[in-house]
Amino acid sequence: MAHASASPSSPDAAAAVELQNVEKRFADFTAVTGINLTIKKGEFFSLLGPSGCGKTTLLRMIAGLEFPSSGKVLIAGQDVHDVPACERPVNTVFQSYALFPHMTVRDNIGFGLRMKGMGRDEIRVRVDKIMELVQIGQFAERKPHMLSGGQRQRVALARAVVNEPTVLLLDEPLGALDLKLRKELQFELVALQRRLGITFICVTHDQEEALTMSDRIAVMNRGHIEQLGAAEDLYESPRTRFVGGFLGTCNIIEGSVTNRGPGGASVTTAAGPMRVEFRKDSDATRRDKLTLGIRPEKVRLREEPGNEQENCFPVTVKELQYIGSETHYLLDCSGLQLSAEVMNSKVGSQGFEAGQKAFVYLPPAGLVVLDD
Amino acid sequence: MEWRKERECIFGEQLSPLDQTLRSLRTSGPAIVWTTLFLFVPLLGIVFISFMSRGSYGELQLPLTFDNYSRFFGFGSFGFDPLYPYILLRSVLLAVGSTLLCMICALPLAFFIAGLSPRYKNLALTLVMIPFWTNLLIRTYAWQMLLSAEGLVSKIAQFVGLVGEGMPLYPSLGAVYLGTLCDYLPYLVLPLYASVEKIDWTIVEAAMDLGAGRIQSFRHAVLPQIIPGLAAGIVLVFVPATGQFIVPDLLGGAKTSMLGNSIAQQFGPSRDWPFGSAIAMSGILALMFALIIYNRILAKRGGEGLL
Repeated sequence: MAHASASPSSPDAAAAVELQNVEKRFADFTAVTGINLTIKKGEFFSLLGPSGCGKTTLLRMIAGLEFPSSGKVLIAGQDVHDVPACERPVNTVFQSYALFPHMTVRDNIGFGLRMKGMGRDEIRVRVDKIMELVQIGQFAERKPHMLSGGQRQRVALARAVVNEPTVLLLDEPLGALDLKLRKELQFELVALQRRLGITFICVTHDQEEALTMSDRIAVMNRGHIEQLGAAEDLYESPRTRFVGGFLGTCNIIEGSVTNRGPGGASVTTAAGPMRVEFRKDSDATRRDKLTLGIRPEKVRLREEPGNEQENCFPVTVKELQYIGSETHYLLDCSGLQLSAEVMNSKVGSQGFEAGQKAFVYLPPAGLVVLDD
Repeated sequence: MEWRKERECIFGEQLSPLDQTLRSLRTSGPAIVWTTLFLFVPLLGIVFISFMSRGSYGELQLPLTFDNYSRFFGFGSFGFDPLYPYILLRSVLLAVGSTLLCMICALPLAFFIAGLSPRYKNLALTLVMIPFWTNLLIRTYAWQMLLSAEGLVSKIAQFVGLVGEGMPLYPSLGAVYLGTLCDYLPYLVLPLYASVEKIDWTIVEAAMDLGAGRIQSFRHAVLPQIIPGLAAGIVLVFVPATGQFIVPDLLGGAKTSMLGNSIAQQFGPSRDWPFGSAIAMSGILALMFALIIYNRILAKRGGEGLL
């Protein structure tokens, strides 16, 4: 298998979907380019990015509703270039749900099975089962316009999974729902995916949704994949400025290298000299100008300089927002703006006020070197 | 402030039931007066006249009778002869044929126009409407010329070998259908286009995604969405096509009577208003019956009916 994975054109047996050098051009712009992606069987995979980044186009190419201008799409190891949407072992939950307005919930869900030529009784049994699974049994005879948004979402989901597809595609599945319902359904979606064992590919622009639901996430920007990895990898070690800023918030610090050591370097920044550690595969070891990123919750705020010799700088508290469990601070560090999020773990007053002088400590492990 | 409860809030105004009635009378009043004066009163007149009898000089006489209707159904003074039921049937069949023909042409046309860019869309819609700018009679005479033995269309047909050398294309049934198609196509294209324009294509994509091929996608995802426009267009074509008489007369060679010709004949040359009214009433009743059945079928298929 080592040989197989080395060659990009040979199908991977454990892959549900494989995209090889996929590009899609429309008349006046290129939607996606140079996409290489392998999605494993049984995985909850998310395509995350701002609107217009090409994530929906990618999804539509897997569904067969759009065809790549160049490159290959493989589903379960088979090149599906000549396979129309209706013959692909893939079903989609559409962003607007796209339920058939003239059919009852039952007929909507049974549509795919009916198209396969399954018998009435068998369809009835399967539809009943899936309606019970997603808890919409009592609405079986209603038309879609008589359902709430959340119920429609469940019907759309049931209509897709009842066909037992190899891959289920979800286009902003929770985008049209209110926050509370969205949170609820996030858990339900994951539970359903675990239970059915179907590969889910979910398109979303909501970073929190992607982080909580997915096994792996591909962060997309301007038609290409910026970074691919598990939620924790992406959050803890973003590789680019875009990923750092898109997933959560990230303090950006520009600097130039003064002294290189093994696995790290000293960097001169507006705040003063900082020590950073390099990722093993980073190309930052060769560059002189570096962009550093640090998450606000990794920034330590304290009243005294502390014991650390490095990465400790005097700051002025400019603004603060008391959230309850934590306080968000905006700090001025010799002209450099830093934001810090501090857990209010002490009992009583947390001790920092606007205008107060204090010290920050930026732990080298929390400082990430970003590629631009 | 008890009285306020009876007032309903309309567009942010509190209106009492009386205010509401007055307001709707002011807006829909003229239309009600118009339809009453020019549709219901004359129609009632026709209903009444259809039960009167004809004097020797064609004047309307009083003994009220069912004779006109029994004559329509073939029980005349010379024994049983179902001439008029046949005429009614022929008219309805011609209307059904015309409607089908219009549908076959209007469906692709509506999709074609809806797929054009906005600029060409308006141009295409204007082209569809252009026949309305010319009088029906003039259009029909124009077809006579085009379809005569020396006409352009006939010449082409002769050249291709559709008809023999020097043979005209009119009068013929084909000419009647051609003329009817040109008259009624816009009535079907316009409402159909309005529906096609509004089609939610993601529903069609959903059907394809769920395994429906081209034909099944059309049947299950496109057709239900355009049924409202299609249904309205069919009625708009079918109803007037049943009563047409200019086109069958001028392009069919006046050899076969249609419902429209028969009515014109009774009110004109024959001076038998009561019988003409009876034919007209029979036609109206037949059409209403057909529309009720049509509505039933629609309601069964598409949820809401048309009427």
